[in-house]
Amino acid sequence: MVDITTLATRLDTLGKNADSSMPFEVNPIPGDVEVLQVLVEDREELPVFVSISEEQILCIVYLFKENEVQADAIADMNNSMLTASISMPLSSFAKIENQYVIFGALSAHSSAEDVVHEIEVLSSNAIEAIEVMSDYLV
Amino acid sequence: MSLLSKIFTAIRGGAREAGEAVVDMNSVRIFEQEIKDAENALEKAKRDLTDVMAKEMQASRKIETLKADITKHEGFAVQALDKGDEALALDVAQKISDIQGDLNIQQTAQTSFAAHVTRLKGMIKKTTNSLADMQRQLVMVKTTESVQKATTAITENYASGSSKLLSAKESLDRIKQKQQDLDDRLAAGDALQDEFGDKGLEEKLKAAGIVDDGNKAQDILAQLKAKKSS
Repeated sequence: MVDITTLATRLDTLGKNADSSMPFEVNPIPGDVEVLQVLVEDREELPVFVSISEEQILCIVYLFKENEVQADAIADMNNSMLTASISMPLSSFAKIENQYVIFGALSAHSSAEDVVHEIEVLSSNAIEAIEVMSDYLV
Repeated sequence: MSLLSKIFTAIRGGAREAGEAVVDMNSVRIFEQEIKDAENALEKAKRDLTDVMAKEMQASRKIETLKADITKHEGFAVQALDKGDEALALDVAQKISDIQGDLNIQQTAQTSFAAHVTRLKGMIKKTTNSLADMQRQLVMVKTTESVQKATTAITENYASGSSKLLSAKESLDRIKQKQQDLDDRLAAGDALQDEFGDKGLEEKLKAAGIVDDGNKAQDILAQLKAKKSS
């Protein structure tokens, strides 16, 4: 299992790399479970949150709250999300309490480079998902 | 009830307060203890299996020895009969009967050991499978727990950040605007490069007469004319 502080340091170095196509900034958020907030340049509005448990590294982007969805479109949107989920590379849709999220889970033994790739893909998938789902949003 | 069904029930119930644990930690601890017990039972069963298999092998070896002994003594009995020594033959027969008794005991033991081995192997297989299942379920619970805690940390962070109150559509608009700005800047950069870049600049310098504009032939001709006239 990767230690979150080590991962944070590695990610920070990789994120600041000048050659990086998607530079990002890493901010640790303290709490019961330490979480990293990753801000991809020019996409700061949709941060990627990274947390580590025994088995996996979870990367989550919060998409929108349930109350941002048109009330009569929820069932339809849920159905579209479930249907589209498998086509989306590396990411899946989920719901945490009243928040719709998009997430990717990696093995706890993944390299920092794997996590960076996950973050880049997840960030792009999140933007595309909101774009596609915006018809359902208020 | 499986833990996934507990999680499902908790979610469908919907009565949970925000931040309230889906699966209470006490039942998780009990579950962890059950896993530890199962692991210990598995370890013990594996040790027992080695033991019983060794015993079964010993019994098998003894059976072979006893059978050989019987064959040997049957030979002796026949030889005694051939020599007409009925009494000796009877002694040997008695010995064979004793060995036969031992053999029966060993054969019973071997059968029982073999049955025990089969039972233990079955139990080990079953325990290994259910242990893997329990561990998978524990990971599920712990993930639920950890995601919940992470979410709480994130939500608190959200609440303290001012820009986090944007709706998804607003966020998307801002990101697209930034992308558009970047595209515009890149396009402007290209235009500037055309205008003031190497090519544009050189032309301007030539036009201003600061840089040689390349009329070399005329210069040479002028020089030749100057030489001739001198």
